[in-house]
Amino acid sequence: MATKASRAAARLMISPAVLLLLGWMIVPLSMTVYFSFLRYNLLMPGDNPFVGWENYKWFVTDPSFSAAMVNTLLLVGGVLLITVIGGILFALLLDQPMWGQGVIRIMVIAPFFVMPTVSGLVWKNMFMNPVNGIFGHLAQAIGMQPIDFFSQIPLLSIIGIVSWQWLPFATLILLTALQSLDQEQLEAAEMDGAGWLSRFWFIMLPHLARAITVVILIQTIFLLSIFAEILVTTNGGPGTATTNLTYLIYVSSLLQYDVGMGSAGGVIAIILANIVAIFLMRMIGKNLDA
Amino acid sequence: MRLGKSLIAGTAIALVTGGTAVAEELTIATVNNSDMIIMQKLSPQWEEATGHKLNWVVLEENVLRQRVTTDIATKGGSFDIVTIGAYEAPIWGKQGWLNGLEDLGDAYDYADIFEPVRNGLSADGTLYAVPFYAESSFTFYRTDLFEKAGLEKPTEQITYDQFADMVAKLHDPDNGVYGTCQRGKAGWGENMAFVGPMVNAFGGRWFDMEWNPTIDSPEWKAAITYYVDLMNNYGPPGASSNGHNENRALFADGKCATWVDATSAAGYIFNPNESSVADKTDFFQAPKQVTDKGTGWFWAWALAVPSSSTKVDAAKEFLAWATSKEYVTLVGETEGWVAAPPGTRKSTYENTAYIEAAPFAKTVETSILAANPADPTKDPVPYTGIQFVAIPEFQGIGNYVGQQIAAALAGQQTVDQALANSQNFAVREMTKAGYIK
Amino acid sequence: MARAVTASRKALTTAIAGALAFLMFFPILWIVVLSLKTEVDAIRAPWQVLTSGWTFESYGAVQERSDYFKHFWNSVIIAFGSTLLGLVIAVPAAWAMAFVPGKRTKDVLMWMLSTKMLPPVGVLVPIYLLFINIGLLDTRFGLVIVLMLINLPIIIWMLYTYFREIPGEILEAARMDGASLREEVLYVLTPMAIPGMASTVLLNVILAWNEAFWTLNLTASKAAPLTAFIASYSSPEGLFYAKLSAASVMAIAPILIMGWFSQKQLVRGLTFGAVK
Repeated sequence: MATKASRAAARLMISPAVLLLLGWMIVPLSMTVYFSFLRYNLLMPGDNPFVGWENYKWFVTDPSFSAAMVNTLLLVGGVLLITVIGGILFALLLDQPMWGQGVIRIMVIAPFFVMPTVSGLVWKNMFMNPVNGIFGHLAQAIGMQPIDFFSQIPLLSIIGIVSWQWLPFATLILLTALQSLDQEQLEAAEMDGAGWLSRFWFIMLPHLARAITVVILIQTIFLLSIFAEILVTTNGGPGTATTNLTYLIYVSSLLQYDVGMGSAGGVIAIILANIVAIFLMRMIGKNLDA
Repeated sequence: MRLGKSLIAGTAIALVTGGTAVAEELTIATVNNSDMIIMQKLSPQWEEATGHKLNWVVLEENVLRQRVTTDIATKGGSFDIVTIGAYEAPIWGKQGWLNGLEDLGDAYDYADIFEPVRNGLSADGTLYAVPFYAESSFTFYRTDLFEKAGLEKPTEQITYDQFADMVAKLHDPDNGVYGTCQRGKAGWGENMAFVGPMVNAFGGRWFDMEWNPTIDSPEWKAAITYYVDLMNNYGPPGASSNGHNENRALFADGKCATWVDATSAAGYIFNPNESSVADKTDFFQAPKQVTDKGTGWFWAWALAVPSSSTKVDAAKEFLAWATSKEYVTLVGETEGWVAAPPGTRKSTYENTAYIEAAPFAKTVETSILAANPADPTKDPVPYTGIQFVAIPEFQGIGNYVGQQIAAALAGQQTVDQALANSQNFAVREMTKAGYIK
Repeated sequence: MARAVTASRKALTTAIAGALAFLMFFPILWIVVLSLKTEVDAIRAPWQVLTSGWTFESYGAVQERSDYFKHFWNSVIIAFGSTLLGLVIAVPAAWAMAFVPGKRTKDVLMWMLSTKMLPPVGVLVPIYLLFINIGLLDTRFGLVIVLMLINLPIIIWMLYTYFREIPGEILEAARMDGASLREEVLYVLTPMAIPGMASTVLLNVILAWNEAFWTLNLTASKAAPLTAFIASYSSPEGLFYAKLSAASVMAIAPILIMGWFSQKQLVRGLTFGAVK
C-alpha cells in the first residue's frame, strides 16, 4: 500500500519528533556521561579532573545502593499489584448498572488530578500524622495506639499514597476496555451455565489482557521515577527505608552536590530503565500487536 | 574576579550618585519562616520609599537550599538576594560566590551586631551575609506542669541525666501530655541540630584532629542511646517525623512538657495569638553532661547578595533596610515587640519595649553570646561549628547520619548499627573528598 | 443494557460503589473542609472539625502572601502551551507511523517511550547549565519546551493508537477522489481523530499541570507555576493545616474542575489502544 513517495513523506513527518527527542536524550545524556567521569562537586569549584570509573565505584558501593534497588522494585511492584487488581475490581463494579453512575465515576477518578506534591503533603499531615491526623484521631477514639505510619511502615505508606493516585488511571483504562466487551458473548456463556467466576476468568480477563499491559507499561514509566511523594513525606527515610533509585540520585547530585557521582547514578538508572524498557517491549510486542 | 566586580560596582555607584537612582526589579529567595513572612509583608514600604520592586520566591527550607545552591554554584543569576544560614555563609563567601557586605553605610552600625553573629557570617575577615535573626538553643518547659509534678525551675545548668528524671515525672500521655518533644525528622538542620549539641555534651565530636570521623566512639553511643531511650519512653508518637515546625506546633498546642530547641521559637511560643501556652511557659539552659562546651547551638538566617547578581547596589540597599535597627523597630511597632527579629543587634536588647514584651530576651542574649563555634567540643577539633561542621561535605554526611539515627529512633535498626553505618559513610565521604589519604 | 437487573440489586451495587467512591474522594473533600476552618479547629478530631464554624480566612491569608493568579496563569500557559506544541509535532509523526508503518516503527515508538525513563534528578545540572547559557532560566518558554519534550512520547503514542483505529479504506477512498495529503489529514483524518485528540490534550494538560520537578527547579519568580506556590506552604512554622489546605485546593481546583467537565471525553478516549 505504501508507495516510495509516501514513505519519504512519512519519514519527513516523523523526523521533527525523532530529532527533538534525540536531542533531548543525547544532549543531557552525553553531558551526564561526560560528567560521570569527572570529579565534579558544585560546592568545590576549581578544575574538574578526569577520574575514570571512580564515580561509578562510589555510587555502586554506596551503602544505600542495594536498598535503593530493592525499594525501587518493591515500590513499582507494590503499586502495580494494588492498582491492577484494585482497578479490575473497580472497573467490574462500575460496569454494573447503578444510579448516579456519573457522579460515582467522577469521585473515583478525582485523585488522578491531584498534584503529587499536594497528595504527599495531604496524606502525610491530614491523615497519617499520628497526633493530628485523621487516622490518629480515630485510633485514639477507639482506645488504640495510633500507627506511626512513616516510621513503622514507611514504604507501605508511600505505596499506599502512590496507589491512591494511580488507581483511578488503571480503573479508567480497564473500564473502557470492559465496556467494549461483547455482551452477547457473555450472555451466551451464561446460558451455557458458566458461573460468574468462570465467565470472568475465561472471557473478561483475556479481553482485558491488552488493557492490563497498557496500564503496566504506562505506570511503570512513571513509577520508576517517583520522587515528589518521597521528598515531601519521608525524605527517603527512616534510614534508607524509602530511598529509591531516583531519590538516591537526588541525594548525591542535589543534596551533596556531587555532580560526578550523581551523573554516574543517572547513567546507571538510564541503563536499568532501558533494560526494563526492553523487557516491557517484549511483553507489549506479544500483547499489544493486533 | 571579585575585585573586578567591586570595581564595576564602584563605578556604578559613582555614576548613580548625583543623578536619580534607577528603579530595579529584584528577585529575592527566602525561607517560609514567620519572621521572613513578616519581612515580605512589610517590604512594600521599602519599595515605595526607593522605587525598586521585589519579586518574592518563598520556599520551604530544603527546597530553598537546593534551589539557591544550584543557582549560585552554576552562576545562574536567578536571584539578587538570597536567604542563607550560618553554615553556608562562610563556605560560599570563601568560594567567591557572594558579594562582600562591608559597605552598607555608616548608618548601618556594624558595631551594633553581636560579635559571634558577625564572626559566624564572615570568612577571612569579610562579612558576606547580614543577619536577619540569630538563635541559640535552650529548654522550654511548662510552668503549670512543673508545679503539678512538684518540680522547680533549675537554677544552674542541669545534666541530661537530671533532665531525663524530670521528663519521667512530667510524662502523662493519658492526658495528652508527652514528657518531652525533640526533633526526630532526619536532616542535618533538623534532628542533627539537636543531636549535635547533645553529642558535644556527652563529650563526643564529629572528627578528630586528622579529620577521621569518630561517630563509632563510646561518647556517640552513650548520647544516641540516651536520645533513643528518652524519645521512646517519653516522646510523642511519630517522633521520627517531627522536625522543628512539628514540635513547635505540638508545644504551642500544649502537648509537650519540655522541648529543647531554638531560642527564636520563643517569640512564637510567648505570643498568645499563636500559642495556647504563652502564659505558662518558661525556659532554662540546654542540658550538659560530661562537659558544658557546645551544649547550645548557634544558628543565624542571613541575607546575602550572590556575585552572579547584576543589581548589587539595589540589593544591598534592601539588605541595609531589612537588617537595620529601624527594621527591628518597625516590626516591633506594627507586629508587636514579641515578634521582632531576635538575636542580631545589641540595640534590640537595650530596648525597654522589647525586654518588656519578651521575657526571654536576657536569656537569649546570654545564650547567643556564650555560643562559641570556634571551640565547640571537649576534645580539640579541626573544624568550627557547634551543631554543624563548616565544610561543604558536612551537608551530605549530616543528612546520612540524621537518617540513620532517625531509623534507630523509629526502631528499624539498633543504635550500634546506625552508628556503624554512619561511621562507614563518613569515612567514605571524607576519603572521597581527599581529607583522609 | 440487555440484562434485566432487579432494583434491589441495583441499589446494592449503588451503595457499594458509592461507598468506595466516597472513600477514594474523601481526602480531596477533607482538604476542602479543612480549608474552610481556622488553624486551631483544623487540627482537631474529625467530628470536632465538622461541628466547628466555617471561615474563608485561610484563603485570604494565602492570597495575601502569594500572588495566586500569577502562578495560576503560569500554570495555564505552561500546561496548555506544552501540550499544544507537542500536538503540532506529534500529529504528523503519529500519522506517519500509523499509516505508513515501516519495519522499525514499533522500535522507534518504544525508544521514544524509553526517553521518558530518564531520571530528571540525574540530568538537572546539565539542563540547568544549558538553560543558563541559552537564557531560558525562569521563562515560561523554557518550561513549555521541557514539558513538551517530556510528554511528547505519550502524545505520539496516544495519537498513534487512535489513528490506527481509523480504517485505512476511508483514506484510500479519499485518495481515489484525488485528495491531497494535506486535505486528507485536514478533512478526513482530523474529524475522525477529534475525540482521541481531545483526550490526549486532557491527559497531557493534567500531566504538565502536575509536573513538580522541572517546574520548580527551572523557575525563580517570573515563570513559577502553582507547584512553586505549593512549595511555600509545605512545611511552614506552627499550625498550618488550614492554610496548606486552602493552598492545595487553589492549586488543584482548576485541573479538577476541567477534568470533571471533560470526564466523559477522558473515559471514552483514554484507551492507549487497549481496546480493539
